[in-house]
Amino acid sequence: MTAEASQDPTANEDDQAAREQWENAYAAQTLRDADFETMSGVPVDPLYGEGPYPGQYPFTRGVYPTMYRSRLWTMRMFAGFGTAEDTNGRFKELLRAGGTGLSTAFDMPTLMGRDSDSEWALGEVGRAGVAIDTLSDMEDLFADIDLGGVSTSMTINGPAPIIMAMYIAVAEKTGVERSKLAGTIQNDIFKEYQAQKEYIYPPRPSVRLITDMMKYTSAEMPKWHPVSISGYHIREAGSTAAQELAFTLANGFAYVEAAIAAGLDVDDFAPRLSFFFNSHLDFFEEIGKFRAARRIWAKWMKERYGAKNEKSMLCRFHTQTAGVSLTAQQPENNIARVAIQALAGALGGTQSLHTDAYDEAMALPTEKSARVALRTQQIVAHETGVTNVIDPLGGAPYVEWMTDEMERRAEEIFEHLDAMGNGSILEGVYEGIENGYFVGEIADASYRFERGVNAGRRIIVGVNEFTEGDDGEQNLLKIDAETEDYQLKRLETVKQARDSAAVDVALARVTADAQDPTVNMMPALIDAVKTMATEEEVVMAMESVFGTYVEQAIV
Amino acid sequence: MSTESTTTDVAAQPDGEPLRVILAKLGLDGHDRGLKVVARMLRDAGVEVIYLGIRQTTATIINAAEQEDADAIGLSMHNAGHLTLAPRMVEAVKEAGLDIPVIVGGIIPDDDVIELQNKGIAAVLGPGASTDDVVAAVRTSISN
Amino acid sequence: MPVPDVFELARNGERRALGRLLTLVERGGVNGDKVAEISHPIAGSSHVVGLTGAPGAGKSTITGRLAAAAGLASESGVGVVAIDPSSPITGGAILGDRIRMDEVIDREGTFVRSMATRGSSGGLALAVPGAIRVLDAVGYDPVIIETVGVGQVEVDIAGTADTTIVVVTPGWGDAVQANKAGLLEVADIFVVNKAERPGASDARRDLELMLDLGAHPDPNKPTWRAPILMTTATDGSGIDELWDQVVAHRSWLTETGELLGRRQNRDRFEMLGRVDELLGGLGRKRAESEQGLALLADVQSRKLSPTAAAAELLADLLES
Repeated sequence: MTAEASQDPTANEDDQAAREQWENAYAAQTLRDADFETMSGVPVDPLYGEGPYPGQYPFTRGVYPTMYRSRLWTMRMFAGFGTAEDTNGRFKELLRAGGTGLSTAFDMPTLMGRDSDSEWALGEVGRAGVAIDTLSDMEDLFADIDLGGVSTSMTINGPAPIIMAMYIAVAEKTGVERSKLAGTIQNDIFKEYQAQKEYIYPPRPSVRLITDMMKYTSAEMPKWHPVSISGYHIREAGSTAAQELAFTLANGFAYVEAAIAAGLDVDDFAPRLSFFFNSHLDFFEEIGKFRAARRIWAKWMKERYGAKNEKSMLCRFHTQTAGVSLTAQQPENNIARVAIQALAGALGGTQSLHTDAYDEAMALPTEKSARVALRTQQIVAHETGVTNVIDPLGGAPYVEWMTDEMERRAEEIFEHLDAMGNGSILEGVYEGIENGYFVGEIADASYRFERGVNAGRRIIVGVNEFTEGDDGEQNLLKIDAETEDYQLKRLETVKQARDSAAVDVALARVTADAQDPTVNMMPALIDAVKTMATEEEVVMAMESVFGTYVEQAIV
Repeated sequence: MSTESTTTDVAAQPDGEPLRVILAKLGLDGHDRGLKVVARMLRDAGVEVIYLGIRQTTATIINAAEQEDADAIGLSMHNAGHLTLAPRMVEAVKEAGLDIPVIVGGIIPDDDVIELQNKGIAAVLGPGASTDDVVAAVRTSISN
Repeated sequence: MPVPDVFELARNGERRALGRLLTLVERGGVNGDKVAEISHPIAGSSHVVGLTGAPGAGKSTITGRLAAAAGLASESGVGVVAIDPSSPITGGAILGDRIRMDEVIDREGTFVRSMATRGSSGGLALAVPGAIRVLDAVGYDPVIIETVGVGQVEVDIAGTADTTIVVVTPGWGDAVQANKAGLLEVADIFVVNKAERPGASDARRDLELMLDLGAHPDPNKPTWRAPILMTTATDGSGIDELWDQVVAHRSWLTETGELLGRRQNRDRFEMLGRVDELLGGLGRKRAESEQGLALLADVQSRKLSPTAAAAELLADLLES
């Protein structure tokens, strides 16, 4: 790029103009109150190297002109377990401490659309997150919190429309206007079939639910992000970095195509799409991946999907360090792993970051390990100086090559999906789910990696090299069975108190609306949850129309 | 094939016959990376893997064990459910009158490993177990 | 426990015992022979359905759905044998067909057994008729055999069923591939699965055309023109019609006497296979004897042709 630019005089002029444009954009922003100098007092510029500049198409160097000079990434720590009341207590504490973002983790039965009293739920109620069976639980979860004044992130996919309906119903009951609701619901079903496996219905009806939510939030909830397109779980399932990048962005394209097909204008919803990536241990590969993600998204949104609004082209993402890289052996080593991954996220220009706790391979984090995790990213943000300069690695030959290489590999995969879908990425993604392409590719990559570890070709410190006999037991957080008993009693009480005739009527409407693809499901879902119909009952009311999804075994 | 064999004891496991092992996950958890890796490891060690995958019930696994005449049941556990779910599998095996070992793989804290073994789990394999470890655990459990 | 006792248990509905019998059949040897000895005289009444097609055509899902439809129609249970390839290098296998049959897998009357090809295709050709015989003898009717229609042996296995179903999918030249693989000759019923997809009607037309080209009806023999059915296995559409055709084909076989011919052919096929196996086994053993090694040395020093050496070896074997 550098060589070409110097041979072409007009390129130089263009670069000059672009640079001025960036300088103006930079000057127009408010900066953080900080000294932008090294530890030794050497002042540093906001940016080194050439364009395209930060905040300029195709955004390889960053989505904003000032990046961390204006605002550090959001240090978002995902947490939650036990009952709705327990989590509510945590939320309030967080808000008192000045936080504005609430991040909700749900337990496995809730994530799978099962009630706490389901046979399937045994042993899992309230364990990995909060248990939500009915609107009553949701009301407890957000009791005494002004939903108009917070931003809520909810990590749920299969039953996302039902949980969303509950959130809307809580707002309604507490007199908060829908248009004031701000936040994100993960709602990314494609990666469930490809990696995380928390699906309920087959792909097509699931996508209908997602487009219904996109339409509903576009019209009624302009501050809500209806989908967070997540590569994190694809990587955790064992994919390569390039596969994570390509599958995630392809899923993004597929949602865009689905929304356009449902009658939305690309610029009406695309600015509210956001992404979620994994930060793994191969430092430069990760940085290249993040940079390539921005460039690819921008190019495709502009060129293929005809986006006019620049905001539609911005790949803004949350990053979480790689849980799969944590080892149960010598768990303190994980602090070092997380620090390196956090640094890669920062150098890759992430908008928010979750750092894993060192004992997460073994159990839910303890208070101490969660604190160390947060401190780790605070050290990266405040002590290393990497936030003083925008895209500090941009222009480095290896980093630029890696960025190009990640893009090239991703484009190859897009080409394959496009061919599978006869010119449609959406159809290609459907086909790839059905014919086992995604799970097969991920399983191949994962097995390749494990074989490398097995053969000793790939060293994992403390696991297959530098091992010590007994690592000693850590102080692990254990959750007692009381939560489960408590939740079961609660659910029973709610079921006793509700008007079951009203529940039946509301559920019948859910089924009827599900049968008509031209009807938006959201109003029926909101009405149903208001009658205290349980999550599972609503799931079943749609399942009778949509069916269930059974994975084809591709090992 | 052991055409030389003159045994009439149908329970004998002749040498050289592939082991048949069921692999499954109980409960709702869908993390199947480990399960898939183990399936391939065992295949590459000459085992016939009857792959049931995620979200299986003890009843389905027992049916498969009977019909497939499996030599062992391997369960992958990812989250906290192991203390509830794995012993239920052992109970189900006993109730069905089957005599095959249940082996658990996953990240299991040391205390829990002991508890699982006390409840009849034949072997517990932790993260980082090599192909040899996995195959050895299956063979040892069967011969016990 | 001796084989006859296990067999009795299996006949009384003990599924564990049946599972063990199938293992014995698969392993072959003395116990396997014993199982065949007991089951052969009482077998022969079950309808055997073979189902084959390219990988990814949706065979397991169709098999599961078909077993469900058959189960509704049949008082006896439905037996399924699903065959997947073993790794040629390690001999191991990943058998994943059960989970695609979630419709029927836990039904009281269904018995599903996964089999790996275990390297030698000859072994498979022997084990499968044995497995069918056991399922038949203990009362399962119909018995459905699912194989990947790639190798000749797999095609033969499917082709020796009473009713053979060949599954193709739209696009990818499946119909043409099926023709090349020799599947067209063995098909009694065609299924175009994934019929909701573009190209499904093209696949149907290709099949019709190939059937027309290949049709040379023998005026002295009853003819059956293979029907072409459109299915979407994932949601079950077309499966009832498929089962109806299986039943119709079964009636046709009985009415025309063709059934007897097919079964006689199957017995012949199996007996010849056994002859090959037994002779081959004896011959190979002989080849390792002193005499055999001497003959081999002559072949290696170019004194004797391999054919002549083999003939001499066998002549001596037959005399002894």
